[in-house]
Amino acid sequence: MMLKKGFVFAFLTGILFFITACGDEIQQSPVFYETENPTNLSDWNILHIQIQTLYLSDRVVPYDLNSPLFTDYAHKLRTVWLPEGTTASYRDKEALDFPVGTIISKTFYYPTPNGSPQGGATVVHSDDKTAQHLNPGLNLSAVRLMETRLLVHRKDGWVALPYVWTDDQSDAILKRTGDIKKLELIGRGEGRENFAYIIPNANQCAGCHATNATTRDIAPIGPKARHLNKDYPYADGVKNQLVAWQDMGILVDLPDEKWPQNVDWKASNASLNKRARSYLDINCSHCHNPVGAADTSGLLLEPSTPDGTNLGRCKIPIAAGTGTGNRIFDIVPGKPDASILTYRMHSTNPAVMMPELGRSLSHTEGVALISEWITAMNGTCE
Amino acid sequence: MKRSTLMGLVMIPLTLAACSAQETGSPENSADVKFQETLQLKLLDAKSGDVITIPEGTFHFDRSLSLTVDGVTIRGAGMDKSILSFKGQVAGAEGLFVTANNFTIENLAIEDTIGDALKISEGNNIVIRGIRTEWTNGPSTKNGAYGIYPVQTTNVLMEGNVAIGASDAGLYIGQSKNVIIKGNRAEFNVAGIEIENTINADVYDNIATNNTGGILVFNMPALKQEGKNTRVFNNKVYENNTKNFGHKGTPVASVPAGTGVTINSNDNVEIFNNEIRDNKTANIIVSSVYSTNYSEGETTTDYDPYPEAIYIYDNQFSGGGNSPDGLDLKALKVSMFGLKGSFPDILWDGYYNKGKLVNGKMPVEFSICINNGDIGIANADGPGGYKNPTKDMSIHKCDLPKLQPVKLGTAG
Repeated sequence: MMLKKGFVFAFLTGILFFITACGDEIQQSPVFYETENPTNLSDWNILHIQIQTLYLSDRVVPYDLNSPLFTDYAHKLRTVWLPEGTTASYRDKEALDFPVGTIISKTFYYPTPNGSPQGGATVVHSDDKTAQHLNPGLNLSAVRLMETRLLVHRKDGWVALPYVWTDDQSDAILKRTGDIKKLELIGRGEGRENFAYIIPNANQCAGCHATNATTRDIAPIGPKARHLNKDYPYADGVKNQLVAWQDMGILVDLPDEKWPQNVDWKASNASLNKRARSYLDINCSHCHNPVGAADTSGLLLEPSTPDGTNLGRCKIPIAAGTGTGNRIFDIVPGKPDASILTYRMHSTNPAVMMPELGRSLSHTEGVALISEWITAMNGTCE
Repeated sequence: MKRSTLMGLVMIPLTLAACSAQETGSPENSADVKFQETLQLKLLDAKSGDVITIPEGTFHFDRSLSLTVDGVTIRGAGMDKSILSFKGQVAGAEGLFVTANNFTIENLAIEDTIGDALKISEGNNIVIRGIRTEWTNGPSTKNGAYGIYPVQTTNVLMEGNVAIGASDAGLYIGQSKNVIIKGNRAEFNVAGIEIENTINADVYDNIATNNTGGILVFNMPALKQEGKNTRVFNNKVYENNTKNFGHKGTPVASVPAGTGVTINSNDNVEIFNNEIRDNKTANIIVSSVYSTNYSEGETTTDYDPYPEAIYIYDNQFSGGGNSPDGLDLKALKVSMFGLKGSFPDILWDGYYNKGKLVNGKMPVEFSICINNGDIGIANADGPGGYKNPTKDMSIHKCDLPKLQPVKLGTAG
């Protein structure tokens, strides 16, 4: 019996090898599974590997956000694919209204040191230049792929599926219970930092993507007009992403008026307030919104929240526990070191840190930005 | 021949398991990876109606568990038999995080989580029974915040649980409706049992001892729901004198050590038939958010900071009030009752809504009514800067209509 199973396995593996080896022969279009959750990422055919290079399959569109979520300095390759002949509709505030059949992917990866082994534990800190590296494809000898998270829009709603890349980087395997990978980050200052890269379980995916904690419907977070409204370097030139999607025929109902826009939190030409609010939006507002998982706290960090108690100004915490760091208010104007907000952003203690999930390292530059923003605030809490 | 091969195969994994168990000294490696994944997978794949059983034994976890499926029961073999240990946890803000309706958890322990032990958010019809949450090193500011922590839930039964060592509240209910908390034991927490911004709660037959504060009924500002209608009765609330080890900035960090029952900014609260004794600051404190170290500026305009319609009757008091926590309270006690004197059983900070006075008197329906034999009250005169404290009982000699018992399953 055992022997027989082994044979079948080897046989199947052989076929896979054969197919992969035949590069151009393979079908290059993504496959939408209506109910099944394939074990291998390759079965979706969103991405494919040829000669140590990761390519996007047919009609898979890469995109970028004005300000991204911080995830332990990982780089992120974001893609969206809509079934042929379908379109997404524009929405002003919520994520674009994608049709059933849409597959959104986000691949987390790090640059690796020259000559390091495949799947090695040492990774390099550098600014995310994912978009620039995509022409024609991502050179796998220079990166370590960590995970690819899929958001699949099925008839009953969106489903979140975490795939973890194997150490040999040949494919990613569905791991709904999540995982931990021990990594070492170099190139940030002098030191080497050991950290646990944490891959969320499927519920934790929903923990962020169920932006309405009552309905618990999963929704994309990144592809909102205000995050997408920026230029992207496509193979045939630089273009605004919303315009490009309209031109590709995958986005309709784009209004004539000005579309909302966040800024790149690093952009020196944007106002400090806009940079800080853009950062807080993408990193916090999926929970800290009026119907989100963190509405229990009364702290609301969407761009629409006016300055005041709900934005954290002189606001006492509700159930922060250890999270207060012995500080009294979420934000004390002018005093970042007295504000709970910066304490929790800076901490790496799971009982304290914000966001609660998705990082093991502190985002020094993000904390610096919010500190600067608080420093510039007027008023007192007396 | 065959048999020996089989034996060999069985032996190898056993040997391996034994080796790895011995080698792993550091807590993060000691997570029982297999059981952790098995249990999390069961929680992911659960269907409504499923009962997930936790066998006897101690199981180690290094990450949070979570459940989002309605109608699931998690059942252990007993709070001292089935133990989920999170010592060395590296990720996740709680031990088990549940966002689901019709959820029951019973007969197991959750120990040493880095954050909250059991958090349940936004669910209807929740039963938490025979659960022990504990930080096994004893009270410490380093302990996780909450033991049992349902928030924004409806129809909740918390029964026969034990909560030990939480750096915030052992048993907590927040922003919820229709709650029964009965027959629990809370010990060595900052707050033993805390009812916060909750509507309709019955809290009875519980034991709260050795906490900083025994039972707390709180309303916090800036939230969507203000609490009211809480009955605290037939409880034993004694010797809650543990030094406050909460984190500065948390509401409970302002609770003086030695507090039996505290009502803070909440309305329609009944305290009756309890045995409340030997709480060194005061057996009962009635206060406003104004005297809990928060500024007036931050409270939202529609928030009611005054404790109103508070009815205290038929309790058995003894001892307590003899050694209040903090210099201000000590000074107040000495000035009112002398060096060897004690606070009376009830300490009130004195804040009230002047806008509600009618002909200079507070209507009964907004008053703090006391009908409890010859016990006394100390009014600390918070609004007057603590300059003219009084012992005047006359405005408290009144009765209020009694609240209705909570019935589960009537809202939601």
